[in-house]
Amino acid sequence: MSSVTTTFHGTSDADSGSPSGGNSRVKAATTFDNADGTDGTKSRSEQLDEVVQSTIHNVAGTARPTILFPERDSYLSVVSAMHEGGCEMLEDLTAVDYLRLSGRELPGQIKPERFEVVVHLLSLSAARRFELRVQVPEEDPTIDTLYDVYHGSEAMEREVFDMFGIVFTNHPDMTRILMPDDWEGYPLRKDYGVNRVPVQFREAPGPR
Amino acid sequence: MSDIDLLASSTSEGAQEMQSRSQASVKELGRETGAVLRGKSPAPEEIATALVGSEDQTLAAEQGDEDIESETMIINMGPQHPSTHGVLRLMMELDGETILRTKPVIGYLHTGMEKTGEELMYVQGATNVTRMDYLSPLNNELVFCLCTEALLGVELPPRAVWIRMLMSELNRVSSHLMWMATNGMDLGSTSMMIYGFRERELVLGFFEKTTGLRMNHNYIRPGGVAADLPDGWEEDVEFICDNVMKRTDEYDELLTGQPILRERLEGVGVITAEEALSLSITGPILRSTGVPWDLRKTMPYLAYDEVDFDVLVGTYGDNFDRYAIRLNEIRESIRIIHQILEKMPSGDYRVQDRKVTPPPRARIDESMEALIHHFKMFTEGFRVPEGEAYVAIESPRGELGCYIVSDGSARPYRMHIRGPSFVNLQAVPVMLQGGLLADAVATTSSVDPVMGEVDR
Repeated sequence: MSSVTTTFHGTSDADSGSPSGGNSRVKAATTFDNADGTDGTKSRSEQLDEVVQSTIHNVAGTARPTILFPERDSYLSVVSAMHEGGCEMLEDLTAVDYLRLSGRELPGQIKPERFEVVVHLLSLSAARRFELRVQVPEEDPTIDTLYDVYHGSEAMEREVFDMFGIVFTNHPDMTRILMPDDWEGYPLRKDYGVNRVPVQFREAPGPR
Repeated sequence: MSDIDLLASSTSEGAQEMQSRSQASVKELGRETGAVLRGKSPAPEEIATALVGSEDQTLAAEQGDEDIESETMIINMGPQHPSTHGVLRLMMELDGETILRTKPVIGYLHTGMEKTGEELMYVQGATNVTRMDYLSPLNNELVFCLCTEALLGVELPPRAVWIRMLMSELNRVSSHLMWMATNGMDLGSTSMMIYGFRERELVLGFFEKTTGLRMNHNYIRPGGVAADLPDGWEEDVEFICDNVMKRTDEYDELLTGQPILRERLEGVGVITAEEALSLSITGPILRSTGVPWDLRKTMPYLAYDEVDFDVLVGTYGDNFDRYAIRLNEIRESIRIIHQILEKMPSGDYRVQDRKVTPPPRARIDESMEALIHHFKMFTEGFRVPEGEAYVAIESPRGELGCYIVSDGSARPYRMHIRGPSFVNLQAVPVMLQGGLLADAVATTSSVDPVMGEVDR
């Protein structure tokens, strides 16, 4: 290990927290820079709570992750507010087809619809996760894209489009991502006929 | 129709095909340069001018001017390419040797595992998810089982928790060793490939002894683990630790100071913390940018808050940082395993709840109830209360999440896996942009995508 030279960048980050051996550019970290409420101000977690209180009223329970039920129209603005409030990362974006569970109950005045887009936002500085669930009706399966707030939503929204047929308006590249371009139907919908669709191959005439 | 046209039409990719830059939308161009990242977006026209060149140049190119220098070329790398670790396809627009844009095209390995997950009972579910990220199967099983248990509301006996942690960390070691091997191969260090596979075999040998299989174990199950650790497991694990630790030092000596390797890695494939956060990148790539985010530390699951280890971060977000992080994470994992060896509690390795875990084999011969339970367990499965749960763990590649919706039956109503490789692939266009074609292989390798998980 003695042969390990210093970095070509010319800096030495080898401080007391360095792991044994290896190279000096990697250092051990135990704290997150932004995470403190020590200077008399509110902690990031409390700030986020305020954002939640001020933007949405349909909050389910107190268990973590905090679950929010924004309306479809205000969804983008809620996510933007959460982003401003300290949710640095879009963790996950997916959808559920509630075709067989249409009578489910939701808190507040939210009317259950067939599709539900589920978004997980992560605040790294507060080490906290927020779950947003948005109802998307069957007759108009469109919803705003989060691309302008979180660029990482690109692939996830394409996957939801591919699997559920939910269109994200203003998405830069709303094409299929996992299935072939010319695939018919949306596989993860509950009314998608499993085993009834012949396997499709590009350029090969299908039996239908 | 000429041969060229015929070839072009028969290999047409339709709307997925990447357009030349002159035809791409300004928004898309901006994304690739990272210019649309919040806080520093220049006007769209500026980006367009900077990227495409002034209008005169574009016009000249359109009129078939002999200016070869301004011509770009779109080439395909993969899906059948030895360095793509599976079937990743990259479309790249090149200006000479410089990469202007990249688009990963995926889906070649899509087998509808999320749909399959809706058809399988919770008992069977682990066999499905374990095949996603086939280099760290135990982590997949772990996240699925943690999610199921969150819905069930069962409390695990401590030994089950610690066995899971042991297996998860051993799996991290084997996965990173595998990465060291393939990364070495991608960079032309073929001896590293042999070494990495050799040490990984030690870990897989222990997995085989414990679970019965080298991969796709189905060892971690809802309610605990399938079997207790084999007799003499302490010696085996210590042997692995000593060996891997010694060999890691050898790799360090072989690679870290190697001028050729450093030349190929340092300053290549750079991504900033801001870009990584915006693109939802997690795992070693995010940490290489200096963001100390590791779910084991920041949002502890299992008993990670009871062991002592460091989260490793880099400084520059380049390929070398990611190499160094993975190399040293092997050492950190070994450190955790040493503590697990000391602290492993005794007791049950699964919940003693007959509705969740099958009865022991010996009981079936003497007890009618045990036989009934066993039969019901494997024909009907167990019912999970209605509800939704999201659980995330730190897999060797980043945040591995599982979202399950239960309708009260024995099968998940919806099972979604947030694969770290799938999301992390979005970093590839940013990392490659402006780099050399020869570095594309090294950079793609440093992202460490597992295509089974990308496509699911």
